[in-house]
Amino acid sequence: MEQAKKMNMKEKYNTMTGDLAWDFSYKTEAEIFPLSDFEGIKIEDWSKWQDPFRLTMDAYWKYQGEKERKLYAVIDAFGQNNAHLGVTDARYINALKIFLTAVTPLEYGAHRGFAMTGRAFPGVGAQVASQMQSIDELRHAQTQLHTISQYNKYFDGLHDPFHMFDRTWYLSVPKSYFEDALSAGPFEFITAISFSFEYVLTNLLFMPFMSGAAYNGDMATVNFGFSAQSDESRHMTLGLEVIKFMLEQHPDNLPIIQRWIDKYFWRGYRLLGIVGMMMDYMLPKRVMSWKEGWEMYFEQNGKMLFDDLARYGITMPKFWEQSVEEKEHLTHQLWLTFYSYGHAAAFHTWIPDDSELDWLSEKYPVTFDKYYRPRLVYLREQEKAGKRFYNPSLPQLCQTCQIPMVYTDPKNPTKRVYRETTYKGDKFHFCSDACKEIFEHEPEKMSQAWLPPHQIFQGNCGGATIPDVLKYYHFTENDGGEFLHSRDNANWNMWKGLTPDEEAA
Amino acid sequence: MQVDIKSLSIKPLRNTFDQVARFTGNDKSASRYLEATIGVQPEINFHYQPLWSKNRSIYDKDNTVIVMNDWYRLLDPRQYYYGAWTITRSKQQDAAERNFSFVEKRNMLTTLPADLREKIINVFVPIRHMEYAANLNNTYMSAYGYGVSITQAASMCAMDRLGIAQYITRIGLMLDGNSGDALKTSKAAWQNNPAWQPMRQLTENMLTTKDWFELFVAQNLVLDGLMYPLMYQSFSDLTSASGQTSFVMMTEFMSEWYEEHVRWVDSVIKVAAAESESNNVQIGKWLQKWRTEILQVLQPLAQEALGGAAQVSLDAAVAQLSARTTKSGVN
Repeated sequence: MEQAKKMNMKEKYNTMTGDLAWDFSYKTEAEIFPLSDFEGIKIEDWSKWQDPFRLTMDAYWKYQGEKERKLYAVIDAFGQNNAHLGVTDARYINALKIFLTAVTPLEYGAHRGFAMTGRAFPGVGAQVASQMQSIDELRHAQTQLHTISQYNKYFDGLHDPFHMFDRTWYLSVPKSYFEDALSAGPFEFITAISFSFEYVLTNLLFMPFMSGAAYNGDMATVNFGFSAQSDESRHMTLGLEVIKFMLEQHPDNLPIIQRWIDKYFWRGYRLLGIVGMMMDYMLPKRVMSWKEGWEMYFEQNGKMLFDDLARYGITMPKFWEQSVEEKEHLTHQLWLTFYSYGHAAAFHTWIPDDSELDWLSEKYPVTFDKYYRPRLVYLREQEKAGKRFYNPSLPQLCQTCQIPMVYTDPKNPTKRVYRETTYKGDKFHFCSDACKEIFEHEPEKMSQAWLPPHQIFQGNCGGATIPDVLKYYHFTENDGGEFLHSRDNANWNMWKGLTPDEEAA
Repeated sequence: MQVDIKSLSIKPLRNTFDQVARFTGNDKSASRYLEATIGVQPEINFHYQPLWSKNRSIYDKDNTVIVMNDWYRLLDPRQYYYGAWTITRSKQQDAAERNFSFVEKRNMLTTLPADLREKIINVFVPIRHMEYAANLNNTYMSAYGYGVSITQAASMCAMDRLGIAQYITRIGLMLDGNSGDALKTSKAAWQNNPAWQPMRQLTENMLTTKDWFELFVAQNLVLDGLMYPLMYQSFSDLTSASGQTSFVMMTEFMSEWYEEHVRWVDSVIKVAAAESESNNVQIGKWLQKWRTEILQVLQPLAQEALGGAAQVSLDAAVAQLSARTTKSGVN
């Protein structure tokens, strides 16, 4: 018998993926993949999709199973050893509160979004890549829940994350960001999440939380971070492949993709402001400042990426210069906002101590002492005098990013930015030119946003008073407000004073 | 002598997340499965109308006509969250790997009688295309279904089906020493052989089914419920009756997987059918419709695979399915 020619790895992988599909003849491709062309993206040949990993399911199970075994061994040990007492101090837990209520639901959203693209794309390569990322994202949501479950038993603010995500005013920032992508078509979703978020911005989400955990003695979260790292690098690679694939398929795709990159860069950047605030104010042991992070991960690495994409005609995301101009102001303004609305948040706020204020002065030499330190010191004095400041009003939100309209013009830092536009007779407000432009490009969609203060005034959030609304959010009296007066702080001090075998009340 | 390890004993403020406590009715320590599952999907206050639908939300109960008061009740009896699922599958793939290398090392496929080899190529290997469709169908349920209990299980099922399609592909590759010729022949059979055309037509029809729960019934209950016994029981028995153990070994993953799949599917059907008379009637209608169609398209395939034993085998598969749906309480 004549020995047949053996296939190479690439051909063999194709038999495991691309070759599973066939030429439909009883239904049309448009009937089976009805969502593949309404966005205007043109794909001439799906077989040109190159999978960078060539990961078959048996190999996937083998690697992932191994990682899960290790991860859960650490989580088990963490629970058995009261390892939540090993963190720097109880203020750190507030970073986890933001993570669980604002980020974990996004992991879940990514799981569902990639299931949608995994069904919507007509090419098997893109389907399989999407589906693997979908199940990875489920992994991340679930391992985060299992990791933080231990903290939930001992600290406030973590007890009802998904109920809060669907309702709470500041959580509408991540929720609307992700729903913007989920309610778009498959190509926009994958550009938004795989490229703009995973590739361009993920380092600024992942690094601060996971390094923050490492610096602050949170071994459970670090363990999760390490375990997710190889998934993340797969996802980042996919993000770049997706963009290149779409750009190589047809020249008409370029302006569509550029606009999506512009939009999700800006929305992602606005979302990351909350992470920046966490980096600068909430970690008892700081990793790096928001400004340093933005310089390293966006201004340097991001710039290199976009230089690399220049040959496809892709340019730096519109308004990126604005993000750089704001970097000395962003986190201070946001922290002051959350401090003022601390009674309506599910995490605690506080004024940094003197050494921490000094750190901020050093990291933000141009702005901190001039604009922000005096206000923080004043607020601290007020608190000491028994007059902890809370803002009893409801904030006006930006229609697009849904962050309160608190950002100032970097060229004139005492003047807030107000932009507005009129659509179908209604006036809409924006925190920036970028947010306004995003709205004006898709006014029908963006005007639908479920803005929490509007909803409260319309009576859709449990009632007309703050306590009614907090009840609707499922916040307890222990969840928010000043850290110094919190149950977390009181318990922490009590636990740290305990000796082994002493029973706490 | 007893050794006492000194440790801190701190009374927790709560034992689980509120969404889990609401579901179970108490604040007892909850399983990893429940903490990973209950209440995780967004339910209200959606911001934007999807561009891909005029009248549905991103997550929408109306994507099926089945009605559940609490979709989270469609729990998975295997209690699979990602970790439990992937660790189980990693053990099974280990076993499968050993089986494949055993068959390969001993050149067991070279002793395969020519007619059996032809049958495997023409009637069994094309199933990889059906498994690919099953992957897309379960991905659809995962994307447009409601509540993490069922959508995560559908997502895992989708990946399982991709894995199975790839195991079948490997069998195809082993049959011809990795040249790909057997796969070409098998794909041509799927694409053109008259015995396969009714099944291919049905498969393409399923890929355009809009109601995700109907798709669950059609794919996971009826099609799998008839096809798996036919191939992995009847056809498998036929190969071992001729003294060949290689087929049984190389499909062990699928046989084991199917037993577990049945537990999940039956449990979902049971809970959904018990929820209301109208659910029960609807599931019964779908069952009837798809069973009739699928039995018809299976006839020529059973004939090719099993010859004289075709009718007996089909009857046995139908009896198995009926016993299951009766046990699940479908009228």
